Amino acid sequence: MKRYYTYFPGCSSSDGGAKAYGMSTEAIAKALDMELIELEDWNCCGSTPYSGVDELASLCNSARNLALAEKKGFDIVTPCSSCYVILKRTNQYLKEYPRLKAKVDEALAAGGLEYHGTVKPRHLLDVLVNEIGYDEIKSKVKANLGELKVASYYGCQVVRPAPSFDHPEYPQSLDKLVESLGAKATPFPLKARCCGGSLIISEEDLALQSVNKLLENATSNGAELIVTVCPLCQTNLDVYQGKVNKKFKTKFKIPILFFTQLIGVAFGIDNKTLGIEKSIVPAEKVLAKSTKGEKGG
Amino acid sequence: METKVHGSNSFINEICSIPGGEKIRLCIQCGTCSASCPNVNKMEYSPRQIIAMARAGMKDEVLSSNSMWCCTSCYLCTVRCPRDIKPTELMHALECVAVSQPSKKAKTKTPAMYKSFSDFAYSLGSVPEVGFMTWYYFRTNPLRAMKMAPMALSLLRHGRMNIKARRLKPEAEKQLKAILNKAEELGGMK
Repeated sequence: MKRYYTYFPGCSSSDGGAKAYGMSTEAIAKALDMELIELEDWNCCGSTPYSGVDELASLCNSARNLALAEKKGFDIVTPCSSCYVILKRTNQYLKEYPRLKAKVDEALAAGGLEYHGTVKPRHLLDVLVNEIGYDEIKSKVKANLGELKVASYYGCQVVRPAPSFDHPEYPQSLDKLVESLGAKATPFPLKARCCGGSLIISEEDLALQSVNKLLENATSNGAELIVTVCPLCQTNLDVYQGKVNKKFKTKFKIPILFFTQLIGVAFGIDNKTLGIEKSIVPAEKVLAKSTKGEKGG
Repeated sequence: METKVHGSNSFINEICSIPGGEKIRLCIQCGTCSASCPNVNKMEYSPRQIIAMARAGMKDEVLSSNSMWCCTSCYLCTVRCPRDIKPTELMHALECVAVSQPSKKAKTKTPAMYKSFSDFAYSLGSVPEVGFMTWYYFRTNPLRAMKMAPMALSLLRHGRMNIKARRLKPEAEKQLKAILNKAEELGGMK
């Protein structure tokens, strides 16, 4: 049965630093019979920065996307944790603060739009595990990932604030997904802790400390690969891994992939389609070691 | 910590009038937020202290501190707060008050980074990361932009740098501007 969604890639995954996230999302959606219909002329969600500069404008900015999506009638699905939390937060604010909603309505009207609060924003991880389901995903697995030890990194905004689709501090959904692909999910106590977010730009030292702790925690528990569900988490752990090594005199060389890329590898989709070569810390070697045999081999 | 006694604390009223700020009165000063915060060590005052200071009317000290600008919206304090105060949203409320009163300058570049980001979101409707980061570095520390060159090159080599920004269709861009301009005209959250 084909499932239809309004797709909100977000800036990073559409054509930015996390392009591989968008590519791998589209590739696995096809394999899972999901129709991701990109929201036409969507705008940047505003992320955390916009709400720290002008809260009302940031909510109107985000409400435009929801208003456009409402006309389509499907749930809005995004692979980006920040887009997800911002869309969810906008819905919640409009519901909780009627006076604020009146202002947002007035601003939307200036653009010929209205929003009635009916769109449900969902993170791709939620849709994959709770709607497509582990069994369906497992049935598409072609490669044998049996040897691969994977740390599932959730970061913050996919599970917080509550309510979300998984536990806010000890989530399990991604670990179970990794296991259903045939890989081994390693313990990762810091799996829902902050990567430093956009402070990597303005407070680099502070964010590098967070990244260092995460890499240390994942590798000391035996992980050979970390999968993430967020463009910024991937960037901080992958692109800045060299800077961490320099600053803390460490020797991390652990690849950071989007969870959709690992799903794609398990499905037998080629590396190029999944954008595997876009990782700064190369993942090919680790993947090749584990995907030699066919399933059941 | 020095506290001032105010007959009527207008600062606390200002915070309470902003959505997300109104629960500040419920705080019992248990410190769960501070103990949960990944960035508390960098803050001049911990989240618990910021709340205490705001309630004591220490407006200048709160608004010129770097504390709220160290918040990455990880929401760990929010899910743990026994009074359901949502300190994350409170921090955003304080950021907005600080931005609207530019005389209160915090010793951090994060506001400039946030402003660079939202400049792009406003004018293009999309934020090309490299463009926004370059814009930010040139505004705050051009030397740093040069230092970032090797990383930029590496991203370019790996096909992760978008030179050309994604553009909305002209009529969509116009619609977004009309909405955001109206929001500005409506002036803030109160």
